[in-house]
Formats: sequence, C-alpha cells, structure tokens
Amino acid sequence: MSSITPLIALGQVAEPASRTPLVIIGIYMCVLFGLGWISSRLFRGSSKDFFVASHSIGPFMLLMSVFGTTMTAFALVGSTGKAFSLGIGVYGLMASSSGLIHAACFFLVGIRMWSFGKKYGYVTQIQFFRDRFESKKLGYLLFPILAGLIIPYLLVGLIGAGTYIGGVTRGMFPGTFAAGAVPGWLTGLVICGVVLFYVFSGGVRSAVWANTFQTIVFMIMGLVGFIVIAKGIGGLAEASEMTRQHAPEKLVREGLMTPAHFMSYMLVPLSVGMFPHLFQHWLTAKSAKAFRLTVIAHPLCIMIVWVPCILIGIWGAGLFADGSLFVPKLPNGEPNANAVLSMMVKKFMVNPVLIGLFSAGVLAAIMSSLDSQFVCVGSMFTNDFALPLFGSERFSDTQKVWLGRGFIVFIVVITYVISIFKPMSVFNLGIWCFSGFSALFPIAFAAVYWKRVTTAGVFASVIATAVTWALFIHDALGRAAGEQWFGVKAHGEYLIAGVMPVAFICLASVVALVGVSLATKPPTSETIDKFFPAKG
Amino acid sequence: MKKVVYGLLILLAVIHQDVWWWDNGELVFGFMPLGLFYHSLYSCMAAAVWAMAVKWAWPGDIEQWAESGDEAGGEQ
Repeated sequence: MSSITPLIALGQVAEPASRTPLVIIGIYMCVLFGLGWISSRLFRGSSKDFFVASHSIGPFMLLMSVFGTTMTAFALVGSTGKAFSLGIGVYGLMASSSGLIHAACFFLVGIRMWSFGKKYGYVTQIQFFRDRFESKKLGYLLFPILAGLIIPYLLVGLIGAGTYIGGVTRGMFPGTFAAGAVPGWLTGLVICGVVLFYVFSGGVRSAVWANTFQTIVFMIMGLVGFIVIAKGIGGLAEASEMTRQHAPEKLVREGLMTPAHFMSYMLVPLSVGMFPHLFQHWLTAKSAKAFRLTVIAHPLCIMIVWVPCILIGIWGAGLFADGSLFVPKLPNGEPNANAVLSMMVKKFMVNPVLIGLFSAGVLAAIMSSLDSQFVCVGSMFTNDFALPLFGSERFSDTQKVWLGRGFIVFIVVITYVISIFKPMSVFNLGIWCFSGFSALFPIAFAAVYWKRVTTAGVFASVIATAVTWALFIHDALGRAAGEQWFGVKAHGEYLIAGVMPVAFICLASVVALVGVSLATKPPTSETIDKFFPAKG
Repeated sequence: MKKVVYGLLILLAVIHQDVWWWDNGELVFGFMPLGLFYHSLYSCMAAAVWAMAVKWAWPGDIEQWAESGDEAGGEQ
C-alpha cells in the first residue's frame, strides 16, 4: 500500500524529505509572475480596464474565471476534510446543489446585472444598488458589510494553503521549522505576494488570465492526483472497500446528517448571487451570450473537481480508522480535517515531481479566488467609499487605481495576521461566510425582479442579516460547548432546530425586506423605468 | 418550452433531497458509493437542464436592451 516508512507516518522524520516539490511550486510561482507581466502589457491604464477589463472577456475565459473564483481551498482542502468527517453526503450538501443554484444565479440574476452594468457603466455591485435603491447611504452601509464578509473568504484561502503546504512539506526542513514543515505564515506570505504582484500589474484582466490558467492547472492536476492516490491505495475498488470495512458510516448519510440539515444547505450556494467579486467577473463579459457556456458547464466543472475530493476524503477516513494514515491533531485532540488532503498526497504520491505539480494545482485553486477577491475589495473601496465621499473629480484615473491598490494591501495585511493567529476549519469558516452572503441574496433578486422593493426594505434586510449572522456566529464560536443560546453542535456543525443557521438568517432577511418594503413608499417611476425596461 | 424548463428546474430542486437511499452504502461499479453516484448524475442532469434553459428560456430581450447602446449611469 504505502512505501513511506512508519517513522515518517508518525511524523518523526529520520532524514530530510525531498525538496523537489517546493522547487516545482517555485517554478509555478515564476510562471504566474510571467503571466502577470504579460497581462500588464495589455493593461490600458484606465480604471475601467483595471476594474472590469473593459467588458472584453469571451465565453471560455468567463467560465474559467467564474468557476476558478468559486473554487477555493473550500473546494479542495475543505471538501476532502469535510468528507473525512461527514462522508459522501458532503457532495450533496455543497457540490450538486451548487450545480443547480450557482447556475440559477448566473442565469436569473447575473445576466441582468451584467446588462445594467453594461448599460449604465457600473463597476461594482454597490454602485448598482445605490442607483437601483436611490440611496447613497446604502453604499456606506453595504461597503463595510461586504468587505467584512470577504475577509473570512480570504481566510479560507490562506488557512487552507498554509495547512496544505505544511502537511506536504513535513520533514523537508528538520531543525529549521516545527515538524520540518514550511509554516503557514510563510506560505501565506508567498501566495499573497505573488497574487498581489499580478493583480497590481493588470487588475481584473490579470486576474481573469491567471484564473483561466490556474483553473486549467487545478482541474488537470486534481484528476491526475486522484488517479495516483487511487493507484497508491491499490485501486479504486480496494480504496472504497477499505472504507467500507473500517469507516462504513462515511459511505452513507444516516447518522451523520438529517434530511432537514441536508435540505437547509441548499440555501448556502445562493451566496454566489451576492459575491461582489463574482459581480465584477460578470461585468467583464463581452456580451450576455458569453454567459451561456458558464451556465451549462458550471455544474460539470464542479463535479470534475468535487467527486475526486470526496472520494479521497472518505478513503482517508477508512485508512485513518485502520491506523494506516497519520493525520496531525488539533489542540482539542481531534484529527485536523484540513490536513487530510496533504497527508493523502504525502502518503500515496511517491514521485516528488508529481507532488510538486499537484501542490501547484492546489495553490492554483486557492490563488484563483484570492486574486478576484483582492481586486474586488480595491474596487469597492475606490468606487463605493472613497469616490462618493470625496467626489469623483478629486482623483485622476491613475489615482483611482492606486487608491484601490492601497486598500487591497490594507485588507490583505489584516487577513494575513488573522490567518496566523486564528486558524479554524476551512469548511466551517467558508460556510459562515457564504451564509452571510446568501442572506443578502434576496436583495439582489428583488432588485432585478420586484418593482415594489424599497430603500427602507433593503436597509431593514441588511440590518436583519448583520444582526442575526453576528448573533449566531457568536453563539457558535464564541461560547463554550454546551452553553449555546440557540443551537447545538453536532458532527462539527452548529445547527438550530436541526437546520443550518443560514435558514434563519435568510428568513430574517426576507421578512424584513418584504415587510418593510410593503409598509413604505414605493420607488419613483424614473427608477422603475430605468431598471425595468419595456419588453420588445 | 419555457414553462417546461422552469418545471424541470423545480423538479431538480425536489429530487436533490434523495432521502430514498439515505442509508444505502452500496458501491456502484465497485467503488462509487450510491449516494455519491446519484449526486454525480444529478450534476449532469443539472447541466442538461441548463442547456435547455439557454436554448428555450434565454432572456433575449434584456440582452438586446443592454446592447442597444451605453448610457451614462448614476454616480460612478
């Protein structure tokens, strides 16, 4: 089964492991630098090009950039770890539901948002909301909330990358770092540096180029890695048989989740309809037709990435239960689910070149999200905070680009520091972040389909979302186990009345949005005419 | 056809809740747990239904409106 010695399996390394994987990762980073440099040659120097690539992106690059943006450490490191804990049901929780819901958001909301962006020249989501809901103040309320929700999303990437590289480099630097592994702070520093470089070079255009390249890399390497790991265990059938023998509960959902819990997860993928970085990617599209490929192929791309990860996760559970897989422990004594993917790679990929390529693929998935999020926070700061506050005429186009860059660095430093001191489950952190965005989705939907929605209703919805989200996250993470006010913790999840908190946060958001809108004055006819053009 | 497409999308949302093999750990093709196999097929079905949506329920009117000429927006 494995050619790795028991000593290494126990984490007590006898001699330094090969550093070839790090060399490969280094080469990959250099390629990204090169790509950043090339795309910067195409950068037109205008803020419109920096923020929305002058609406020039075609169908294939739109698919790759949108898909790459939605797949982060959550999809590779998080899904493998969650399947290790919760079994095969994790695919239904997030992947198959996303195939339906994500594509629905692109089709029903994305195309309309793109059309308004194209027609009226919006660069960010908040600009659209400010116009649609006739309120400048709404921008000042939404900006800190959306930027604040992006921070946990960035954390997902940094923590996932740090844990993965820590696992895969274990034993490479004995005496230099703990367990001879590259520490998370160093991994975070390097990937932030590389992504900042290419994002600064060409803005969203660089991000789209890099996303396309990185999405192809992680999809191919993911499949190659899956085949190698399966072969290392002894074959697909043997791998699953081992899980059936030692961790049979991971092959079913009974005992690990309930139908109500499973169903409530369907609300989580609604978050893509409200991601500000995805809105920005939508705006890069050359035409509405560019969305067609994204809508159709997105569910298939998710399947290609997630099915191997889920299988690796449940195989890891079987091997762990059998005692033949080492997984580092968390301070509470539980196995660190975030480390499962790297431990499986370390154990079953013998060829260091292959380990390096696969690891580059994992980092590609992570960086392909970070870049879009970086550009997005910069865009929001410039267009939704600084310009409305100080006046657009006060800044030249170049200064606008530099304002965005400055804020990106500010947010990246904050996120980086948090990632070092407050690591937590990549999957759970992602779910909390997505839950906040999901609860704001009714606002995006109402903005394009409901003429009667009012400014006051939107304010009420945003406040209801912020309050319930903060209350539940404090209850789940800030209080000792067993002392929760609203929910209970089961199988590593925080559930209220047996369902995910997102159900109640969404409910509060919708009730506030609809109730207050119906009780307040309808929007002006000018606004309705502007955003609901007559058909034909 | 538009109504058929929307009907199929609702059906997809319903059949996502596959409680009927909640505790069935059978391995399809000798390695794929049944629940995972079903949801993989589900992803393929979703892609097929979205292809139908693109063909028969495409919002051509809004596309045409957007591409009929740019206008200056609000406060950018």
